[in-house]
Amino acid sequence: MSNMVTQRNGIHRFFLQLGSKWAIIFLILGAILFSIISPGFLSFNGIQVILINSPFILLLALAETFVIITGGIDLSVGFVMGFASVVSAKLIALFVVMGMNDLFSIITGIVITLVIGIIPGFVNGVLVARLKVPPFIATFSMLGITHGISELLIKGVVAKNMPVLAGKIGNGSLIYIVPGKTVSFFIKPLIQRGGNLIEILPTVFVIPFIFILIFAFILKRTKFGQHTYAVGGNIDAAIRAGIDVKNHLIKIYMLSSLFATIAGILYVLRYITGKADAGTGFLLDGIVAVVIGGASLYGGIGSVWKTIIGCFIILVLENGLRMLGFPTFYKYILVGIVLIFAVLVDKLFPELIHKED
Amino acid sequence: MEYLLEVKNLTKRFGGLVAVNNVSMGVKEGEVVGLLGDNGAGKSTLIKMVSGVYRPDGGKIFFMGKEVIIDSPMKAISIAIETLYQDLALAENLNAYSNIFLGREKLKKVLKFINVLDNDYMIKESKGVLDRLEIEIPSLRNRISMLSGGQRQAVAISRSIYWNAKLLIMDEPTAALGVTEQKKVLDLIRLLRSQGIGIIVISHQLYDVFSVADRLVIMRRGEKVAERNIKETNPDEIVSLIVGAEKVSEKICPADRD
Repeated sequence: MSNMVTQRNGIHRFFLQLGSKWAIIFLILGAILFSIISPGFLSFNGIQVILINSPFILLLALAETFVIITGGIDLSVGFVMGFASVVSAKLIALFVVMGMNDLFSIITGIVITLVIGIIPGFVNGVLVARLKVPPFIATFSMLGITHGISELLIKGVVAKNMPVLAGKIGNGSLIYIVPGKTVSFFIKPLIQRGGNLIEILPTVFVIPFIFILIFAFILKRTKFGQHTYAVGGNIDAAIRAGIDVKNHLIKIYMLSSLFATIAGILYVLRYITGKADAGTGFLLDGIVAVVIGGASLYGGIGSVWKTIIGCFIILVLENGLRMLGFPTFYKYILVGIVLIFAVLVDKLFPELIHKED
Repeated sequence: MEYLLEVKNLTKRFGGLVAVNNVSMGVKEGEVVGLLGDNGAGKSTLIKMVSGVYRPDGGKIFFMGKEVIIDSPMKAISIAIETLYQDLALAENLNAYSNIFLGREKLKKVLKFINVLDNDYMIKESKGVLDRLEIEIPSLRNRISMLSGGQRQAVAISRSIYWNAKLLIMDEPTAALGVTEQKKVLDLIRLLRSQGIGIIVISHQLYDVFSVADRLVIMRRGEKVAERNIKETNPDEIVSLIVGAEKVSEKICPADRD
């Protein structure tokens, strides 16, 4: 096998390089295609719309990236996200009723939700790592449990009564510019009616993006990341090398739940409601994004940045089709086709998998 | 010369089955000992007691002149006994130097408080050990899955040597390799011997064992049936010892009665 790889000529090598980057080429071509058909697509606003819709899929895909690299899968992230949205909405509303001020209610509610939100991950991790339950079964059970608890908490409706401030945070932006006057961060400047205000980088995108930066670094450059790959590549080798594989897996599933919880909190801030099924649609998108990004479902291979490319392929398809007036169902069909394509590329051209880390 | 590793009267039982019965043997520094026997003869069980996988039910293990209790694989590694199993225990998705340093990664600090992998250091050190063992690998950054069987074996051996193994136990080191690669691994074993490392080789391939070993220990049904210097024996005799042919038992029994 090594001879085949080393003996390839220049042109072959060029196409391999090109082929191994098919996802990003596909993303760029898709963006160009849509912007030709519908001119507003790559406009300033068009891009902002994509970013505003991105946080949930980004966070769930980030969660799946870590889990899938260890050779597992986390089916619970969608409903953990819903669970977190319900818990945080309930808590924030409760604190407001108790007479706390809005900002303090929101902060306390979020902090407590973050703590509660990693419990499902901890349970998943213990089931998978210590009790040897297959990840598919463990997390599928957790999907049901978190779904049920959320519905019980809101008695089958939605959690509402958020303070106005919550919506302001969730629908705010990082940078505000009043042309020729002021530039401010996070705080929306007061403008006269009809005045011109430019909002750049929605908060709901900035927060996941910070996590992406941090965890891309952790996966690529730290011992934790290295051990994550080792566990997925050869768990026996990892054990014999002295890595505490069980604890590592527990941490990975807790991390996965943490990202899902953050997604749930962002959902509440953006839509000022908590819903049990807030994350239903994003679970599949998240897993698909990881696979499009070239990760192996057998574990050991994948990267945060490639997952992000996978996410944006889905987001571009979704947004492009919407702007052309197609119903959302077409997106599901296209995402399905892209997924099959991604898996076939992997199967038919194994050489495309990078030979270096 | 004194033994580097010496086991005395080791016994291991699994329920009613005596897997290893009262076996004594030793390895000196810079010596290759071939451990031979048919399937189920107890070779692997014996080795696993030295590498910390099993606890012996009886007997003692001496390493570098002192009695040691090896109660876990990590303990064995910590006293410089490294074992190479047939599956090599490499993470195929990681590159060569990451595997050499797996679980013992060298870290450096960035911004004074974030620990990150010190890849440059690990590459430099890995190059050093590969050079010392005269191993050539296309690139240290290549995933293990891109390497041939012999190259993987070489990486696994370099890992042991880098972490200062004094005794190397190899389980079927040439089993899954092509002819050229087998020769390279055997050359590597000779090189390690010349560098003073004690080696135990378990193998079914008599030809390979004869070409590298200094001494042979033959086991049958959990017992050590013979020990031969390589110069004083021949493959035919060894085969009859392994299978327990009639005339051989006659030859040994008188000695046992002494």
